Amino acid sequence: MSEHRVNLTINGRRHAATVEARMSLGDYLRDEAGYTGVHLGCEHGVCGACTVIVDDRAVRSCLILAVQADGAEVTTAEGLADSDGTLHPVQQVMREEHALQCGFCTPGIVMTLAALTGGQDKADEATLMNSLSGHICRCTGYQGIRRAARRLAAEPGT
Amino acid sequence: MNAPQLPQGLGAARYIGQRVLRKEDPRLLTGRGQFVDDISLPGMLHCAFARSPIARGNIVSIDTSAAKDMPGVHAVYTQADLAHFNAQMLSFFLLPPEVEITPLAGSRVCYVGEPLALVVADSRALAEDAASLIEVEYEELDPVVTLADARAGPPIHPGTSDNVSAEMGDEELDDDLAATLNGAAHLVMHKVVHQRISQAPMECRGVVATRDGNEELTLWITCQSPHMIARWVSLSLGLPQTAIRVIAKDVGGSFGLKNHPWKEEVSVILAALLFGRPLKWIEDRYEALTTSNQCREAEMTLQAAFDAEGHLLASHGDYACNNGANPQGPDNNIAVHMFLWAAYKMPAYAFLTRGYYTNTMGLAAYRGPWALESLIRETLLDKAARKIGIDPVEIRRRNLVTLKDQPSVSSMGIPREDITPAECMEKLLQHFDLAAFRKEQVAARAEGRYLGFGLATYVEPTGSAGSMPVMTGELAQIRIEPTGKVTATMSTHSQGHGTATTMAQIIADRLGVAYEDVTVFEGDSARGGFSPGAAGSRQGVIGGGAAISAADLLAAKVKTIAAHLLNASAETITINGGMVHVAGAPEMSRKLGEIAAIAYGEPDRLPPGCESGLEVQHRYQPPPMTFTSAAHACVVEVDAETGFVKILRWISSEDCGTVINPAVVEGQISGGLAQAIGMVLLEEMPFDARGNPLAATFKDYLLPAISDIPEFEFVHANTPSQALGGMRGVGEGGAIIGPPTLVNAIADALSPFGELPDTLALPLTPTKLLSVIEGRDLTAHSAPAPVVVSADVPASEPAPAAAAPAGEVRVEGAWDMVLKTPMGPQGMVVTFAIVGSAVSGRFDSPEGTQEFSGGTLEEGRVRFDLKVEKPMKITLKYDLQFDGDSVSGKCKMGMFGSAKVSGTRKV
Repeated sequence: MSEHRVNLTINGRRHAATVEARMSLGDYLRDEAGYTGVHLGCEHGVCGACTVIVDDRAVRSCLILAVQADGAEVTTAEGLADSDGTLHPVQQVMREEHALQCGFCTPGIVMTLAALTGGQDKADEATLMNSLSGHICRCTGYQGIRRAARRLAAEPGT
Repeated sequence: MNAPQLPQGLGAARYIGQRVLRKEDPRLLTGRGQFVDDISLPGMLHCAFARSPIARGNIVSIDTSAAKDMPGVHAVYTQADLAHFNAQMLSFFLLPPEVEITPLAGSRVCYVGEPLALVVADSRALAEDAASLIEVEYEELDPVVTLADARAGPPIHPGTSDNVSAEMGDEELDDDLAATLNGAAHLVMHKVVHQRISQAPMECRGVVATRDGNEELTLWITCQSPHMIARWVSLSLGLPQTAIRVIAKDVGGSFGLKNHPWKEEVSVILAALLFGRPLKWIEDRYEALTTSNQCREAEMTLQAAFDAEGHLLASHGDYACNNGANPQGPDNNIAVHMFLWAAYKMPAYAFLTRGYYTNTMGLAAYRGPWALESLIRETLLDKAARKIGIDPVEIRRRNLVTLKDQPSVSSMGIPREDITPAECMEKLLQHFDLAAFRKEQVAARAEGRYLGFGLATYVEPTGSAGSMPVMTGELAQIRIEPTGKVTATMSTHSQGHGTATTMAQIIADRLGVAYEDVTVFEGDSARGGFSPGAAGSRQGVIGGGAAISAADLLAAKVKTIAAHLLNASAETITINGGMVHVAGAPEMSRKLGEIAAIAYGEPDRLPPGCESGLEVQHRYQPPPMTFTSAAHACVVEVDAETGFVKILRWISSEDCGTVINPAVVEGQISGGLAQAIGMVLLEEMPFDARGNPLAATFKDYLLPAISDIPEFEFVHANTPSQALGGMRGVGEGGAIIGPPTLVNAIADALSPFGELPDTLALPLTPTKLLSVIEGRDLTAHSAPAPVVVSADVPASEPAPAAAAPAGEVRVEGAWDMVLKTPMGPQGMVVTFAIVGSAVSGRFDSPEGTQEFSGGTLEEGRVRFDLKVEKPMKITLKYDLQFDGDSVSGKCKMGMFGSAKVSGTRKV
């Protein structure tokens, strides 16, 4: 199995590692870098639980190899809140709207919403709902997730 | 949304009834949850399984040499390596299976995906690589896949005479019942074929197992209660329960699947004991979909007779479920019949119910395991209403039990004291203008748009405790620390249920402290005490009662100590905001933490006889069962061009008594409803004729997405239950009442095209609905082709219950017998004493000893009655035929119908 050197930034910290070519970014983030908030729900790109932000875009970390993230800036759910514990606006709204139960799919949903509401071109409600259809939640029936997305679409951009 | 009302006697409630933010959420939102795959131990190795590619066959040989030789591989185990542990694959009720189930397949395989070897390697990837190098030679047999196969095919398990895993009720219809059914003004027949479902929690199963020293074992495992796992593993392996520590801080959903370990988890635990290093196995989604236990597959035919005005007269149900090969409980779902008509004025009901073994994945529980009763009853009622020519609301008004009709007992012996399905329905109709909808429906049809209204009502048994060994009360241990912080260890467990929040709300209210100052700990078998956890919608009801009673005991102790310290009488003391106050003397107020510091550290200052410390525990034993009632309605539009269903509106009107946290209650109902919508429209785990599962990814097994689920509207009715605090369970209801609500709406929408097919086969895919719209018959759609069974394995006839005796039979003495009860097979030793034709004797079982007399012996046939008190008062009528050294027959168990008895002479 061939091994490759990668350098990347995760949640603002620089990481250098040697990875097998077949290792997914999700496995690398969890098992090598220690970001266990990246949850692997299906490993075939349907459930969305493993979503992280790679260079400002929401990406399913099970469908990209670690070697492909060489040089990238990666953000996981661990990297959104302030160091004093203040939640990111997406996390805060999801908490207020009871948008989670077991919390397994949650980091992926947080990252998709953060990617789509964080930048200059904030997505509208319809775009958020379309994007959320790429996340499976087995607990909540999506009620709080929908309410949170609506609020995020209505709030002014950052 | 209505503000929930609080029952009398709950005192000043600042938190109970409020949408308090969950304590769990900051951790889970920031990726700091602790799920089993997040655990990594020094020296830990990884496991993968080699699995059977065939559904039925004998293992001729297993060659693991190539796998063992692979670099990075540490061990390869087969059942030959694990057999000496003699691990018992127990049911949820902790009973051993009556057919052979081993952790890894031994001499035979009985479903596709059955694990037969376990590889231990440096990484999961290497373990999978090595597993693929294991070569197995099989002698393949034709599999038994469907219920039809199971009825006609050879027994799949050695030592059994047929594929019936459990049977109750009576095959012949009672004459009176038959006369009522056949003589009624309206007799409605209805059949439902429920597809197989995958529980599909977002976190697959997993376990990390490590041997600590010679005797102790620590497990991190996906589960519904760490205490239940510790007890199950201790009984399975014969280890002391205290030697097994089970930790499960966060679990990513379960819904019944993770009630207890099964083949893979047990194999990993045994391998960890053998290998002596920590082992991890994390199921991937392919394994989860194709080899985890599954749920639901069943079919039922229901007949119901009505008088000319639409009043129920009598009913008969015939149920069968496909348990697969290695089910967690090989039962016949007796609860379907117990609760089928519990909410209705149904004078007479009889049933036949059977579970079958097949060469498919074994069944396990899923949210509302008995839910088929509501689906078939409520869809039959709508069908009957259309036939009789009355409204779906009216047929329920004429037949539902109202508060005025209670107390009463259902025809199946279920006591009804405070169920409110009729009241929930009336409340729902205040929030939905049905007359206006009917006008809209007519107008829409004129435009070629097909709208439908669906209604369903039901009751659900929740908070069960005291009638089955594992269904216990719940424990709360609460401590006020000298810091003033309150910590509680509970027997409850959350796989998303939010019990750390709801229990803290209760404790904060009852103690008079801030919610922020209360922390609830669960998820570790080393803390708290036994309970089965999230099973049977019980934690709010029973855990809530435990939190109330323990907090009240602790508050009373605080008052006693404070009264003594402050020279006041206990009645004048109040606790509020974490402060202890004396009425009329504000200068005397003290921080709760100060009282605690004295209670722990200065016992001389405590009242005489007062135990030091400020901590209590209480195990709350609730009433045996607490009913939740509900009525749901939804509106759909079915596209006549495509067959697609769009849900336009959904209203839940449920009575769950005291609501601790409306957001948590609505979350539970919503999650159940989403699963219901999945079951009706999307989800299906099909098999081909060789027993291969055909849904291996989430592209084949369709889970509902946000675009499939409407916004739910909630109307809360709040009739306090008789449990402490007045709560009623809500964990399963949405998954039970959701399916009939949606099916009824679809049937209403399509009524211009005629009835749905006589056999309602789920899921109602666009193809099936188009067949109704276009008048085509697709009844048999998706059913596998029948399997030709091998000629050399003849189908055996079930042994008749009472065969002719062969000569003189010696009955006198002790016999090992097994009674197939609704909770699984029950072993016992029965000793007979014979005087002439008079029979007396004694039953010995783990539950105790019981004597009987007054029986008769006639040509090897022994009949006698046994009166038992537990789990309920019932007279068991035994009818046994003795033949040589074997005995077989039936036990008539009152309203439960008949159960099979078999046995051999004790040697």
